[in-house]
Amino acid sequence: MNSIILQLAAKYVRFLLIFFAFVALLRGHNYPGGGFIGGLLAALAIVYYSLAFDWRSVQKKLFVKPEGYLAVGFLMILLSFLPSVIQEETLMKGIWVSIPFGLLGQLKLGTPLLFDMGVFMAVIGVTLLFFFTLTKSR
Amino acid sequence: MQYILLIYLVIAIGIFILPGWLKKHVGILLALVQTVFFVFFFSKIAEVANGNSISTLLYWIPQIGLNLEFSLTGLSLAFALLITGIGALVFLYASAYMKGYEGTDKFYFYLFLFGGAMLGLVLSGNLIQLFIFWELTSFLSFLLISFFHKKEESRKAAFQSLFVTAFGGLLLLSGIVLLGSVVDSYSVADWFAGSEMIKSSGLYLPGLMLILAGAFTKSAQFPFHFWLPGAMQAPTPVSAYLHSATMVKAGVFLLALLSPVLGGTMEWTYIITLVGVITMFLGAYFSITQTDLKAILAYTTISALGILILLIGIDTKLSIKAAILFLFVHAFYKAALFMVAGVIDKKTGTRELTKLGGLYRFMPITFVISVLALLSMAGLPPMLGFLGKELIYEAKVQSPGIASLVLILGVGGNTLMVAVSMYFMFKVFLGKQGAYPKLPNEKGWLFLLGPAVLALLSLLFGLSPTALGNSIVQPALSTIRKEMIDVELKLWHGFNDVFLLSLLTVLLGMGIFIIALTKKQFLIKWSRFNSQFFTIKFTDIFVQVLRGFLDFSARNTKRLQHGYHRFYILTVILFASAFLWFQVYVTRNWVLDSYFTLTPFYISGLVAIIICSTLYATITQSRIATIIGMGVTGYGISLIYLYYSAVDLAITQILVETLIVVMFVLVLQRLPRFAILSSRLTRVRDLIIALSFGSVMAVLALQALHVDFNHPVSDLMVKNSFLYAHGKNVVNVILVDFRALDTLGEVTVLVIAAMGVFVLLKTKKA
Repeated sequence: MNSIILQLAAKYVRFLLIFFAFVALLRGHNYPGGGFIGGLLAALAIVYYSLAFDWRSVQKKLFVKPEGYLAVGFLMILLSFLPSVIQEETLMKGIWVSIPFGLLGQLKLGTPLLFDMGVFMAVIGVTLLFFFTLTKSR
Repeated sequence: MQYILLIYLVIAIGIFILPGWLKKHVGILLALVQTVFFVFFFSKIAEVANGNSISTLLYWIPQIGLNLEFSLTGLSLAFALLITGIGALVFLYASAYMKGYEGTDKFYFYLFLFGGAMLGLVLSGNLIQLFIFWELTSFLSFLLISFFHKKEESRKAAFQSLFVTAFGGLLLLSGIVLLGSVVDSYSVADWFAGSEMIKSSGLYLPGLMLILAGAFTKSAQFPFHFWLPGAMQAPTPVSAYLHSATMVKAGVFLLALLSPVLGGTMEWTYIITLVGVITMFLGAYFSITQTDLKAILAYTTISALGILILLIGIDTKLSIKAAILFLFVHAFYKAALFMVAGVIDKKTGTRELTKLGGLYRFMPITFVISVLALLSMAGLPPMLGFLGKELIYEAKVQSPGIASLVLILGVGGNTLMVAVSMYFMFKVFLGKQGAYPKLPNEKGWLFLLGPAVLALLSLLFGLSPTALGNSIVQPALSTIRKEMIDVELKLWHGFNDVFLLSLLTVLLGMGIFIIALTKKQFLIKWSRFNSQFFTIKFTDIFVQVLRGFLDFSARNTKRLQHGYHRFYILTVILFASAFLWFQVYVTRNWVLDSYFTLTPFYISGLVAIIICSTLYATITQSRIATIIGMGVTGYGISLIYLYYSAVDLAITQILVETLIVVMFVLVLQRLPRFAILSSRLTRVRDLIIALSFGSVMAVLALQALHVDFNHPVSDLMVKNSFLYAHGKNVVNVILVDFRALDTLGEVTVLVIAAMGVFVLLKTKKA
């Protein structure tokens, strides 16, 4: 496909989509969103971009192969269980720490966030793997 | 003790990352490690004397009764000393033997790991844990037998041994679980305490049979003995270590360990004694007609294992004592002989008896070592083997029940043993020079150190057996018999009926040997007679049964897995709808209430759009149109979600729907042109099935209205979401915290699906 309108749109929309993907990921714990939705959004951004352009050029921009995303995501999920094991709690129990930021309030970080990021990465990996194997073997 | 096993694992993996200059001497290095552990276990002798034990308990999965229990008793110490001691010598030997082969890293890795697994087995205080190590040794034995995996016989033999021993291992596991259910524990200590309960329960006999099957397969007892001669395809250090000194004795260890629990009954005594005595005789009987050095040793090993099992079956104080002593006797002489056989094979280029002879001229030290070991094997004074044999005869004389059969076959077996030993010595070392491919020498002290040490130990302990008796046999005996027992070993037992039996044995053995030596045709005729008389070849039966089983499975699989995707889906949907209809009938008796509403009006409009687009998707002839129709359905459903304020669900649905459309379009391009190939009848059939499934889903959705909403689980989650999980979005909290295990499962499914797609689409081109 060589539609100029599509390509021009894709250039800007992808940033927007990826930005919202991260927004969805980070706000997911308290408002609609989350790793799965974020992952789908990010994957859509990439899919959209590679539909507009050549998929080969997109693969180069990805740094890592889709399988890599999958593996990293899976690893992050497993890593998120580690704190609960170390603290000798029930496996997969959410462990939280709060980092005070002075006047800005405090930032709460927990293993569920890491877990969600793992889901995010894994979803991107799976979707892209499906997409690229389908386009490649055309 | 768990740390010892951990060290084994770490060192085994470490072999691969050793720097080059160390890698050359890895065998010696590992021998040193084994020696260190040998010394460690040796230093514990005083602590386990008189039936004491050192135990540690680590909780693993206590919910199912599986804990890591390690206990060093007199019995396990005896085995641990054998494993580490002979292990050290075998590694020294291997460092010379394995030079020049490819993949020695792997070899040492397996062999060292085996040492650890075997130690784990004998130190286990929990039977499930013991089973794990048990199967680990089977598995490593498989890998070691198939070390020369380019040879077909090696692969076959390895598979056969794995099949037999792993199958036996599974029987063992079922036996453990069965009897474990009686006392509700898998801990050996609990079994000891509940011994009477186990013996009086109805599960005793089936459980005993299963456990015995495990022990008999591992220790190559009749009729499972056939895998052991096949296992001689392994490199000789492996034969010396696994298939004579340690692994095959695991069955003996298990029976010795469990004899206080399960022993003392008629079933125990008769089954074990009978199997042992048959194995003992047959092993010796078949050994004499073999011509391959390692085959001779393999069959005599089977015979020795038969003796050990038999002694445990007799189950008297004396017989157990004899068993423990003979364990050492056999390990000493058999490991030495295996190593010698390997040296001869290496130096002359052949292991065929017919080609060997007169080797004493070239290999005097080997000759001396072999004579010592063979004397021990024949049970002649002043070797330790003599002591062992005397004790065994004594035990057999006193054996209750079938003493006469045991004694007759025992004398027969030992007679053959004497004959084999002498024949071995004469044919290999004496006589005129054989026609070997290479002219042998005796270079390489590492080759001879191991067998020399073992042979000397046989001699030393034969001359002064008190040390062995007090420090090793006594603790082991006290562990098994659960009482304090003094062990007194003497070389000279006085002139009694046992001595007469020994004398008879030696004379008869000499007789057979002389006949075999003077009449060349004697052994050939004998082996011809064997092959005519014993038409049952166990290996062939094994192969036939296995092939039949595989054919049967293949036929069944073909029937179920026909490879037509449409029929798979048909089967799944048919069964699902049939069962669901049945369930709807059972719970609701066909009563359908329909108080669902279509207000407000835009929901009705949405539903109308969904229905129209779905119908359009099924009717249209264009594939693109079908996909778009399905897409509209999906977006419509997500709008309904939105109306009922399930925002997360709606977003996900929209995104997934979008991606599905893209994917489908991509797939479409790969499909051929649209055409109707199915007949009208099949389409009507499919229509009926589809309608049936669709309507059952609709009915289910309606029935869902009746679900008890008084105590929904969601309330609890909503309440706790912010309190415990610091999240206001309950859906997300459920996904990443409350039900993280489910999400993990889903991600795993995704990964597997991705791999499937990847492989399917990648391999198609090839």
